[in-house]
Amino acid sequence: MSSPILRLVAQRILLGLVLLLAVSVLIFAGTQILPGDVAQAILGQSATPEALTNLREQLGLNDPAWLRYVHWLWGILHGDFGTAQSSGLDIASSIGTRLKNTLFLAACAAVVAVPLAVILGLIAVRYRNGFVDKLISGLALASTSFPEFFIGYVLIFLFAVHWQIFPSISTVDDSTPFLERLQAVVLPATALTLVVLAHMMRMTRAAILNVMQSAYIETAELKGLKPFDIIRKHAFPNAIAPVVNVVMLNLAYLIVGVVVVEVIFVYPGMGQYLVDHVAKRDVPVVQAVGLIFAAVYITLNIVADIAAIVANPRLRHPK
Amino acid sequence: MALRQIPVTAWIGLILTGAFAFCAIFAPWVAPHGNGEIVGDVWEPMSAVHWLGTDNLGRDLISRMIYGARITMEIAVAATALSFSLGSILGFTAAVFGGWFDTLLSRFVDLLMSIPTLIFGLVVLSVLPTNTLTLILVMGILDSTRVYRLSRAVAVDINVMDFVEAAKLRGEGKGWIIFREILPNALSPLVAELGVRFIFAVLFLSALSFLGLGVQPPDSDWGGMVKENKDGIVFGIPAALIPAAAIAVLAISVNLVADWVLNRTTSLKGGRG
Amino acid sequence: MADTKANSGKLLDIRNLRIEATVYPPGEAPKTITLVHDVSLTLEKGKVLGLIGESGAGKSTIGLSSMAYGRGGVRITGGEVILNGRDILKAGPKGVRALRGREVCYVAQSAAAAFNPAHKLIDQVVEAAMLHGTATRAEAEKRAVALFKKLSLPNPETIGERYPHQVSGGQLQRVMTAMALCSEPDLIVFDEPTTALDVTTQIDVLAAIKDAIRDTHVAALYITHDLAVVAQVSDEIMVLRHGRLVEWGGTQQIIKEPRQEYTNALVSVHEIEHQEQQPGTTPFLSVKNVTAAYGGGHVKVLKNVSVDIYPAQTLAVVGESGSGKSTLARAITGLLPPEQGTVTFDGRSLANRLADRPKEDLRQLQMIYQMADVAMNPRQTVGTIIGRPLEFYFGMKGRERDKRVAELLDEIEMGKGFVDRYPAELSGGQKQRVCIARSLAAKPKLIICDEVTSALDPLVAHGILKLLLNLQQHEKVAYLFITHDLATVKSIADSIAVMYRGEVVRYGSKSKVLTPPFDAYTDLLLSSVPEMEIGWLEKAIRGRRMESAGN
Repeated sequence: MSSPILRLVAQRILLGLVLLLAVSVLIFAGTQILPGDVAQAILGQSATPEALTNLREQLGLNDPAWLRYVHWLWGILHGDFGTAQSSGLDIASSIGTRLKNTLFLAACAAVVAVPLAVILGLIAVRYRNGFVDKLISGLALASTSFPEFFIGYVLIFLFAVHWQIFPSISTVDDSTPFLERLQAVVLPATALTLVVLAHMMRMTRAAILNVMQSAYIETAELKGLKPFDIIRKHAFPNAIAPVVNVVMLNLAYLIVGVVVVEVIFVYPGMGQYLVDHVAKRDVPVVQAVGLIFAAVYITLNIVADIAAIVANPRLRHPK
Repeated sequence: MALRQIPVTAWIGLILTGAFAFCAIFAPWVAPHGNGEIVGDVWEPMSAVHWLGTDNLGRDLISRMIYGARITMEIAVAATALSFSLGSILGFTAAVFGGWFDTLLSRFVDLLMSIPTLIFGLVVLSVLPTNTLTLILVMGILDSTRVYRLSRAVAVDINVMDFVEAAKLRGEGKGWIIFREILPNALSPLVAELGVRFIFAVLFLSALSFLGLGVQPPDSDWGGMVKENKDGIVFGIPAALIPAAAIAVLAISVNLVADWVLNRTTSLKGGRG
Repeated sequence: MADTKANSGKLLDIRNLRIEATVYPPGEAPKTITLVHDVSLTLEKGKVLGLIGESGAGKSTIGLSSMAYGRGGVRITGGEVILNGRDILKAGPKGVRALRGREVCYVAQSAAAAFNPAHKLIDQVVEAAMLHGTATRAEAEKRAVALFKKLSLPNPETIGERYPHQVSGGQLQRVMTAMALCSEPDLIVFDEPTTALDVTTQIDVLAAIKDAIRDTHVAALYITHDLAVVAQVSDEIMVLRHGRLVEWGGTQQIIKEPRQEYTNALVSVHEIEHQEQQPGTTPFLSVKNVTAAYGGGHVKVLKNVSVDIYPAQTLAVVGESGSGKSTLARAITGLLPPEQGTVTFDGRSLANRLADRPKEDLRQLQMIYQMADVAMNPRQTVGTIIGRPLEFYFGMKGRERDKRVAELLDEIEMGKGFVDRYPAELSGGQKQRVCIARSLAAKPKLIICDEVTSALDPLVAHGILKLLLNLQQHEKVAYLFITHDLATVKSIADSIAVMYRGEVVRYGSKSKVLTPPFDAYTDLLLSSVPEMEIGWLEKAIRGRRMESAGN
């Protein structure tokens, strides 16, 4: 690895950290500066003025906003996300298991979706403009139009109610053994896969097609290489970067899909935790979970960019 | 552009979109029953009286669906209009004027887009009052970032073309350059994007309502109706699937129209049509 | 049968070749068009046949048919392509793969795009030879190094270790030639191998290719649109137009005694009647000591440039890519405000920035671009495009404007019927004419022509140049003519400025600039322009070697 690449990667990571810091400001500002009184929101319209004053004092709402932000950020950097207003529980420990559950669900979906999308994308390129390609892009159009809950409830209706193969509610806790856990996430993972698959496949197709239409592919063809060798030796090395990029961007997209899918299947993950506490107007929890989602999203985007940097021969072998 | 040159898929999209719009606009005249009117038992099956059956409170489902179309499309259209006018005006201005205005705005949009829209929407909705206006504003402003990026990119591409330079050399003002040179050439990608943004607004709104954070009862959009009826699913009652499918069909039809618009005049081919 | 073929030495025999493609015009049903109409040709071992024609003549398509390849949906639908005694169109996919890269190799116009950016050059050069089993890796590499040497590439031992983006365009083109030669084929198809190169680079690549062909006894199909180039390397020349054969003969015959009118037009394309005018006493536009830079002063692209333009005369600015010639135009128009120096017009100095210039100054300086199709708004009709300056500068409206638009269309030799057309409905030459009319509409004193003919086919370009000269006489307009093409300069200029790396290295009246003694760069430039004469290449190369020995 030569230095320009390291420098670019370092730059990209640094930029990501700056972005994350800016995002934390935005999330904090979004919940503090907008109209709406947190204390009022917690206690409701019927609260007495004394109770409101006490709560404001207790929450430190009388401090200037920037000071509260600094306190909040300082806490987070030390693993302290504060306590939930609605339940009084420590947020960090509530998040622990839930984050694990969510990542497990997302990982299951990714393990299926990524190879499937790449293979289907390759098939679409191989039979470009043929029946298979048209079918695949038709399905892609349909599935980008489907709301997550449509896919989710159709799955429940068929597999849990009609055929009764899988549970309709994906209850897991710390003691659930791995296999049962796997069985519990089959339906939500399938729903997630279907949500991202089409988009990922369409983008993979476009990325590979772009490479296949390059002049150097024609050169290889005119050397008499077999179609398979052309793909393996000449298309593949150039397609890795765009495909990794596509995959990462879609994994980021998957993180969002998780929110709705968890609610559909009543799965105890981050998404459900977030939605519950938005409804309860529990600001500290919303801030914490929002920041974690944003961090994961930004990290995946950084990985996508780094993959593109590392795979670029112009950067790997500078003049 | 002769009518028979419109492909079948675009026809399907146009007709379905038109039908949905018709229901939405004339809801009180089209719907057989009132929106909140309880007309029968809970979750009655489909019948000649209640074509789609009844919902979790015994209200006529098809009437609810028609009123739901109205609420869904009202909010989605308003949010799209907001995101579009905000995004495209700022995008074009940033592209043509450049400089600090462009840099500042573009960095801010980058920042907003580094948080997934749904997540940031939820964060903001946790402190804002839940009403239609809030929903439209939150959806419209968050989504305008995408319109901004697209229109800025399109306008920057056109702005460096020789015919724009020729107009600048002639001494034309900024108004002529934006409205007479750039806008006509940016129109077709933007019109196609309009459809995509509308679909996104419908899906976004439905997701929020499904999570209980969008349109509040007794009113209900399609996403909210899914939430109302979702408990029936485990008993084998498909009432929740009907509004969910309606969202899917609406999104597909608009997608088909948008695809056609985009394919018909790609980028700067220009000329007639 | 096989014997007679071997005796006649016939390598390639194309008979009644017909090539078709399906096009998808927007908003219309797909239709099949014929690109090549029953063309036949033969090529003997070790000979070079030049295929020449304008764009759309089908020359590349015919060249690739010798590898049984149709680019981008093009189909070979009729005829036979007999290579080494067998019809390769009937060979099947496996048979075709066996001959590509073994019997026939290909050299593309843009080597930069044709090399895979992910692999080292040497791996790509030896790939075909190893694939077809004509050499082991070690042998092929040895052969490659020898070829690099023969093609006078720098560091022949190590250049193969580099990646394509680490090597210059002219060198890459030679590496690609080495790649084609490495598997010792019987035939190489050269598809415009020097078109994308600067003229001073072109001559070296051309000489390298010619030497390599001679020493390896390979046969070649040499495809180009430049008759002077093909005359240097070919034994025979075939002239094509619209996919049909126009004339086929020995090189000497084609360039000296063409039998067809079209060939004659191609041969005499640079001959334009133009009497050089002596500079007047007072220039109306003077560029004085102008220095300009991009990127906030970091990249100096113009260094202390001074030129004068006289009324109704043509100043040609010549230079290769990166010489700063287009930047000079941007500095004069105010698009790139100069850092130092002034531009004076009619005795007063022009504001540096475009935004600070009054309308009247803008009217007096008009510009025509290289790519006519992006210089016009695709959503405006010809009438609107030409009419806008009339409205904008003279406030003309309605019938008065329409009348003037019709007159202008007449002046550029296009009829009234074009008023309602969109740019997409015009040919390349017509588009450029409309751009000329648009600039004339402003009644300017000076029109800046930035490479206005370089994107056009030679005959169309010839027409545009003649039109510009005619208009100059009628309208008394001056031209600042920016070009890389010395032949064009010779035909139309009154005075010439030669630019090199941002500086004017030679400047004066045409006869003065083109008369020796020359400075080193002008000499290099002038001696690099191919002349329509057999043996010019050898003479030019010899001249250069003597000079570098003398230095």
